[in-house]
Amino acid sequence: MRRHALLLTAAAALVLAGCAGNGSEPDNGGTAPAGDGFPVTVGEVTLQERPTAIVSLSATATEMLFAVGAGDQVVAVDEFSTYPPEAPTTDLSGFTPNVEAITTYDPDLVVISYDPGDLVAQLNALDIPVHLAPDNPSTLDDIYAQIEDIGALTGHADEARRLIEKMSSEIDAIVAEAPERDEPLTYYFEIENTLYAYTSASIVGTLLEMIGLENIAVADDPSQVSVQLSAEFIVDADPDFIFLANAQYGESVETVSAREGWAELTAVRTGRVVELSPDIHSRWGPRVVDLLREIADAVSRAE
Amino acid sequence: MTHPSPARLRWRWLVSGVAAVLLAAMAGLWLGPVRLPPGAVVLEVLDLVPGLDVDSGLDDRQAAIVTRIRLPRVVLGLLVGALLALAGGCYQGAFRNPLADPYLLGVAAGAGLGATAVLSVYRAATGTAAVPAAVPPAAFAGALGAVTLTYLVGAAGGRDRSPATLILAGVAVSAFLAAAQTYLLQRHVDTIREVYSWLLGRLAGADWGDVRLLLPYAVVTTVVVLAMRRELDVLSVGDDEAAGLGLHPQRSRYLLVGAASLGTAAAVSVAGLIGFVGIIVPHLVRLVAGSSYRVILPLSMLYGGAFLALADLAARVVDTPREVPIGVVTAFLGAPFFVLVLRTARRVPV
Repeated sequence: MRRHALLLTAAAALVLAGCAGNGSEPDNGGTAPAGDGFPVTVGEVTLQERPTAIVSLSATATEMLFAVGAGDQVVAVDEFSTYPPEAPTTDLSGFTPNVEAITTYDPDLVVISYDPGDLVAQLNALDIPVHLAPDNPSTLDDIYAQIEDIGALTGHADEARRLIEKMSSEIDAIVAEAPERDEPLTYYFEIENTLYAYTSASIVGTLLEMIGLENIAVADDPSQVSVQLSAEFIVDADPDFIFLANAQYGESVETVSAREGWAELTAVRTGRVVELSPDIHSRWGPRVVDLLREIADAVSRAE
Repeated sequence: MTHPSPARLRWRWLVSGVAAVLLAAMAGLWLGPVRLPPGAVVLEVLDLVPGLDVDSGLDDRQAAIVTRIRLPRVVLGLLVGALLALAGGCYQGAFRNPLADPYLLGVAAGAGLGATAVLSVYRAATGTAAVPAAVPPAAFAGALGAVTLTYLVGAAGGRDRSPATLILAGVAVSAFLAAAQTYLLQRHVDTIREVYSWLLGRLAGADWGDVRLLLPYAVVTTVVVLAMRRELDVLSVGDDEAAGLGLHPQRSRYLLVGAASLGTAAAVSVAGLIGFVGIIVPHLVRLVAGSSYRVILPLSMLYGGAFLALADLAARVVDTPREVPIGVVTAFLGAPFFVLVLRTARRVPV
């Protein structure tokens, strides 16, 4: 009996963890030599030559690989790597990967965001280098560091640097356009309709703070990137904006207004419930710029 | 006992059990997402035997798939399956309860709490997504801690406590520890993915280190439980009868259950929670081969190992290239098979 309860909880939670970001430190240590010269060492991985058969099991890493111009070196990506459209999506799994299935693509570099067990050790036993890039940034610098790592490993260090400059200048422009406010606007950023939300410590919290928005879910420690709030707390906090990261799973302005007691919320009454575009709120790569722009636009439209 | 039960292990059962283990091991080595010629796989394994030097014709990567990915996985599956089935049979006899399973006294909840605690603390401290090496020892400590707690609580019942007291203590301890684990998970939602994949069984990540970790405990548990198989037969009749035959029923029970719990804790710490093997395999053996523990225990080990190795094979091939959690496979294959045997068997002894 208790096992079943455990299974159910875990299964429900898995869905959540899939969309939730994961807290803290960047995976740093990228030391790219001048130019694109190999051998290259990033973290634990040393590549003697430029990889030409990359397998990516991380949707975020896939977006980074293509953005730095390494797309034609990628031979297979996992089932959730749906962007960019030209990415060679396969039914490989990033959650429950099978090491043998990965080897059928004969990769010379595997990029993962999560090691479910001893995947890194197993692939290394087969002499396949693995780059572990956790998709849990908490700042833009974490994201830039990962792009740098990917660029260095694939022989696109210069493109990576240019991409980072482009991203940061676009973000600066969006931030510069955001109006000064005496009182910051507050928001609730919903991941799941069981009221799981990103906290102030998450990358979402960091980004939105840059354009003057304040999260109602304040993390009590930096590793707490998402939290399950109570409905009472949300109603009491009465946020100015509600952002729905789960719009792609059926939540909408209508379903939110229909929730018991939510119709009176400021955000609902003033039409400040925002359905976000799919995926950009869970892939912490080049498209964080799109997420920030979408939110900044929604805020300025509402004002 | 209304039927004559064979007190001795019959050769044909032993032989078929060993055959099942060999068959499962070979299938586990032959089949996988990567197609390899069966003959070459056999040669590659023979090449591991000291003194033998054969050329299998496999390239380095294919050879590594056989010897470093599949072989440790098969061996770990056999060991874990054997231990869980042995522990299950032992629990059922010691508690005279057909529903007893290896997780009865809180092993699962304790291991889960231990693993969750380490994963959340580690994640909060380092921010990395890797599963730290401290998880198996922590799960082991949690499992043993839980069983000890159950013993202490159960023993508080005094001299005339029945086996049921210990079971109830196990339920209470499990509920408490599961609640603590859930609370920890809620506080550290970001570790749920790791905790989840760890708990649901992780034969997928098997390596020789896991086998080395498990082996000493497997040996101790097997030796103790098999050495006490006659006591288990007496215990399964009743405490009064056991006392009448000059046994200390409670002492024997504690020793047996302690040994089984040690083995279960070690199995859980390397392989996560794998249900069903411990409850189904001993019952199947009992239905087919008789109700003496002198028969049930060794046969359960053989068939338990074979069953888990086969279930693990299914876990990696049915939904290729994904892995199916091993616990899902054991229940999915085991439950219908068990119902079939229950319906065709003439009697349901315990």
